[in-house]
Parts: sequence; C-alpha cells; structure tokens
Amino acid sequence: MPVQPIKFYQTGSFVVGNRLLAPDRRSVQARADRTNSLNCGHRACQGCGEALGARYALDAAMRATGNQMVAVNSTGCLEVFSTPYPETSWRIPWLHSLFGNAPAVATGVAAGLKAKGRDDVRVVGQGGDGGTVDIGFACLSGMFERNDDVLFICYDNEAYMNTGVQRSGATPPAARTTTTPAVGPEPGNVFGQGKNVPAIAMAHEIPYVATATVADLRDLEYKVTRAMEFHGARYLHILVPCPLGWGSASCDTVRIARLAKESGLFPVFEAERGEITDVSKIRHRVPVEDYLRLQSRYAHLFGEYGSPGTVARLQEIADRNIRRYGLLEEA
Amino acid sequence: MLRQVEGSRAVADAVALCRPGVVCAYPISPQTHIVEALAEHVKSGRLAPCEFVTVESEFAAMSVAIGASAVGARAYTATASQGLLYMAEAVYNASGLGLPIVMTVANRAIGAPINIWNDHSDSMSQRDSGWIQLYAETNQEAADLHVQAFRIAEELSLPVMVCMDGFVLTHAWEQVDTPTQEEVDAFLPPYEPRQVLDPADPVSIGAMVGPEAFTEVRYLAHARQMQALELIPDVAARFAEAFGRNSGGLVHPYRTDDADTVVMALGSVLGTIKDTVDEMRRDGVRIGVLGITSFRPFPLDAVRAAVGDAHHVVVLEKALAVGIGGIVTANVRMAVVPEHVSTVIAGLGGRAITKASLRRMLDEAVAGRLEPLTFLDLNRQLIGNELARMAAGRRSGPMAENMLRDLGAVASRIG
Repeated sequence: MPVQPIKFYQTGSFVVGNRLLAPDRRSVQARADRTNSLNCGHRACQGCGEALGARYALDAAMRATGNQMVAVNSTGCLEVFSTPYPETSWRIPWLHSLFGNAPAVATGVAAGLKAKGRDDVRVVGQGGDGGTVDIGFACLSGMFERNDDVLFICYDNEAYMNTGVQRSGATPPAARTTTTPAVGPEPGNVFGQGKNVPAIAMAHEIPYVATATVADLRDLEYKVTRAMEFHGARYLHILVPCPLGWGSASCDTVRIARLAKESGLFPVFEAERGEITDVSKIRHRVPVEDYLRLQSRYAHLFGEYGSPGTVARLQEIADRNIRRYGLLEEA
Repeated sequence: MLRQVEGSRAVADAVALCRPGVVCAYPISPQTHIVEALAEHVKSGRLAPCEFVTVESEFAAMSVAIGASAVGARAYTATASQGLLYMAEAVYNASGLGLPIVMTVANRAIGAPINIWNDHSDSMSQRDSGWIQLYAETNQEAADLHVQAFRIAEELSLPVMVCMDGFVLTHAWEQVDTPTQEEVDAFLPPYEPRQVLDPADPVSIGAMVGPEAFTEVRYLAHARQMQALELIPDVAARFAEAFGRNSGGLVHPYRTDDADTVVMALGSVLGTIKDTVDEMRRDGVRIGVLGITSFRPFPLDAVRAAVGDAHHVVVLEKALAVGIGGIVTANVRMAVVPEHVSTVIAGLGGRAITKASLRRMLDEAVAGRLEPLTFLDLNRQLIGNELARMAAGRRSGPMAENMLRDLGAVASRIG
C-alpha cells in the first residue's frame, strides 16, 4: 500500500501541537486528508506569509464545504507564484480574471452556480491588500452591499509586493516601501492615511467579518469554518508577513505575525452584522518595538539616526487598538 | 408575434427567450431600457432560473458575467459609451479567457465633451478586444442578432457584442416579430461550456502565460474569429430557415451588382443611405450599398466581392480615428484597391445624417470629386471662430463652451 508522506509545518508555537490531540480536535492542517488546495511546487518566496495563509484558509474552507468550493483570485503574488503556465498549484477549481475585479467575478460565480441549481457549491474570493483595499475596493463594497454569497479573503502584507513593494492603502505609517522611501524629514509612509477595511466591511453590516494572522492556525481555521456557516457576504482579513517586502528573516514570518497581534498593532476579532462578537486577547503584551525591530522596513526608526518619537507614535496606535477593541484581559 | 415595440424592449424580450442564467446591469443611457425590461422579466418570474445582479459599475458588470460564464451559466449584459470604456479591461479579459458572453452595446459617443447621442466611437474603440462585433441595421435585426449571437458565441467559445445605434434604434418604436420560446429553444441548444469550474473536476482558468505560448494563445483567438467568418453566415442561414427572415450574416449588399460606386456603412444609417441610393438609381446613377454586419471578424472576401469592379468606394463612418481618419476605411482598404476609397465621417455625437446631405456628398463621389477624408455637414464657421480665438491669445478657454456660446440657444439644427 503506498504511503502518503505528510509534512507537518507547525511546531514550536503556542497554537499547535496537534498530533497529541484527539483526531476530531486536530487542526485541518494536521489531518492526513487535508486538501492541499495550494499544493507544493509553487514559486512563492521562502517564508511567504501569503502562501501559508492561503493554504490554511482554503484547506479549512474545503473541509467546511465538503470540497464543494470554487475560488476566485485577483492578480498579485498569490496568482503569479501559483500558476506559471503550464503549471498550477491549485487542486481546487480556480479562476483568475483581473487585479481589480475578484469580488465581482466571485459574485458572478455565485450567481452562475445559483442559476445552475448548484446551491451546494460555495465561493471564495481572494486577493492581496492591493487587490482588496485599493483597486478592487469598489467591487468589494458592491459585493458586500448586495450581500452576495461570497467569502472574500484579503491576505494583507501591507504593500504591493508583486510589483516590488510599493505603498498601498494598507501600508502602515512609517513603513518603508519603494514609493515611500526612508528619506527626508519624515521617512517612510506618512501618518494619518490608510484604510481599515475590516471596519469598513463591518459598516456594510454583512453577516460576518473577522481578522486573523498566520501565527494562529487554529483561530484562522475556526474563522474560515465559522464564515462558511453563514450565507451572504463575508470578509476575512488575514495578516501575512512578507519577508521580501518587510525585510524580515524567512524563518520569522509566524513570529512577526504573532508580535503584530501581541503588540496590539493588528487587532484580531470577529464581528457579526456590524457588531464585534469576540476579540482574541493579547497573551503576552509586547512593545511595538519588538515587532518593528525584526523588519528592515522600519530600520530607519532605530540606531544612531533613529526616531524614538515615531516609535512612540506607533505605540500610540497599538495602545489605541488595545483600548478600542479591549485586547487585554480585564485586570 | 408581430408587435409595435420599442427597440430596447424587443431586444430584452429576445434575450429573455435565450434563457440567460445571469444578467448583470448597470445603468447608462441609452441601454437602460434593455436591462429595465430584463429586470421585469426576472422579477416577475417569467425568466427563470435567472440571477439579475445590479452591479456597482460596468467593470463589475463584465466581471460578474465572466464569473458566471466560467461556471457554465449563460451570461448577458448591456452597456454603452463611457460604460464600455470603463469595463474595457474586463472586455479584453472575457475574450482572452474564451467566455461566450453576449453583450449589447447601445452605441453612443464618447466624451469629452460629454454627449449621450449616437455614434460608433464606443464599440469601435473595442474592435481589437477579441470580441465578435455584429452591427444591427433595424430593430428586427437587433433582436434577431441576439438569438444568433448566443449560438455563435457558444459554438466558438468567444464573446459577441451586438451593436445597435443608441436612441435611433434603442428608443425607436417599430414593428418587430418576436419568436416564441419553443422556436428559440429549437434554434439555441443549452450552453455546453468548453471549460467550466466544477469541484468534481478542478481546473485552473486564467493562469499566467509567458512568451513561450502567448503568441499561440493569441493566434488561436484569431483562428476562432476566422472560423466565425464561416459560422456567422451559416447561423444566419439556419436562422432564416427556422424563422423565415434574413438577419445577420457578414454583409448586406444592396443594388451592388452593376454599381460603379459603392457606399459602405454599419448600423441604422443604412436605411437613409438606401433611400438616397434608390433616388440616385432612379436618376440613372450606378450606385449600390454594402451594409457591414460583421465588423469583427472583418469579412474581407465578402467586401471584395460586393465591390466588384466599382471605381468609387465611399465608407461612411460614425467614428473618427483622430489623427488619421476612418476606422472602417482602414479595414476596407485591406479588401479593395486603396486609391478608390474615400472616408466620410458623419453622425458624430448624434448629428442627423440627412438624405439631402448624403445626396450632395454622393454626387461628388460619383463625379470623382470627393476628398479622401470628408466631414459631412461640418460647420466651418464654428471652427474658424474657435481657431481665431486660439490664435488671438493663450487663455482662449474651454473650446466646447466657446462653441456653444457661438451657436446660441439652438443646440441642434437639422439641415
């Protein structure tokens, strides 16, 4: 009998340790029958958070839907590294159309399936932050507003990585990108700009909105599974560190994602019909500096010519998130 | 059933008879009445199963159609003018993916200056998008072309644009024979996709293709349009057999057999041209008309055959390639002796094309005096005034406003 070798990628963190659990409590990623929706052999960079996030999310979605699922992908890293002709890493029905239209194409897929009487097949749309918060935003908002039966997942690596690390509407303040270089009196991206798309999604009062990171596999899988329990428009915003664009070590992707959450810079929560229903509390609060120092996109904030004032402003953002979302356990 | 009906309603009814699974709608004049009528068909339950999606833009309209078509649903939308340009990226994408979407373009000018009236600037801008383009002469043909379009599109896995003149056709009430559901069902088989997103057999659609195969992918798109040169007349013939009238095909020749002058045009203006040509024939002028129904693929052989030995070819165009002149002309010149071909730009932004103006212009053509590029009924006084203002000083101001001020209160004079 042929033996299928199974790779276990998640060890050494707070959130895994699946093989010691009863089978029904293991994560989807720990299961021998996981789909491997995004199969090995693709061309993502070493330590790519987006590849990790997409595999986690889609395998969970496949499990939740009994493998009855179609995915629509916007243009971007995920699309490019997964399907250089004539190869494809996708083991699911997968459609790529354009950069800015993935939510609308997903709407069309859902409408077409409904017209064909295939109510059993579910639809996931996905894209990076450029395809979601910037160029695809009108289509995203339209899909939300009509409450189309689509789960849209944004893999947020906080800039246009596929084109070479340019600023997007999701790029955080002070971060260096190639269009917000670390030069001048206020190096990096400016303060006071950017879009909070999870909050905007909630303002549409759609059935389900959640955020997650690739550091917490179980939380991510739970949110995908939960999202699939609803019909109508749903939105999942996953923070996916990018070693290339963030200037971080490939081995630090999960650690950085965890620090984003533990510092309060990236609040992890879920919401139903515009109301927050749960937040993931910070387990070990860390100063934002712990998160920033691992990434060369913030290198200009430290060292001899550093900017402690800018670090303090970023800490203020984290503190505000902590207050606003109640990210700390009550004393 | 023969009815006195608005063009848009006739088209919507024909589309509904084709049983689209998904209709996406975004309002833009002059296509609105089409999707309004389809909304009624779906909302009332007469057209079912069908998802009517009110999207947030034309870009989304085509994108929704792409998604629907990729799961095997028959998809339809309609647009015009700025809407077509706004969806342009998805228009190219739909043909690149080989998805047999059918779209009505209610032909309208493109701004600036903003102008809601008819010409062909919109669809002509998409002539290289990989879509088949069919131009309707009458409302009957517009309705019939939609039934044929789904069949052509699905047989070739290529999208088809049915172009009908905005307002002139879309808002005109005339007699249209609408077939029965049984007749259309017999003519148009259910959509059997060549590629489909199906969990039982997962495929990736829309993968990246590099230099190693991109030329071949484009060549195949061209080869399928060349197949359409055979298929379009074939479908028209089958349509005639099934419904008892001639609609569609590649070209409509009219009195061209012994013609020494042939006038070519697309769309509804052909009626006025034929009336003018009938008058000239009565006066003993050997002149004929060639209506071009299929602009993409462009029927070189059919055009060549229709022109025959004629010495003068006049191409009347409702669009202008700024900086060179005629768009249709450039295609016609691939088929016939180039020095015999003149371009007449007419009807831009809804300017009426009258028999009187046509007669004056065609008399010049027959006499061999027509310039290679002519603008019908050009108001040279208006242009002279503006050129003088521009010569007089740097800050001459917005030219559209200047010209409207010159014209005074009468916005459109038909003369």
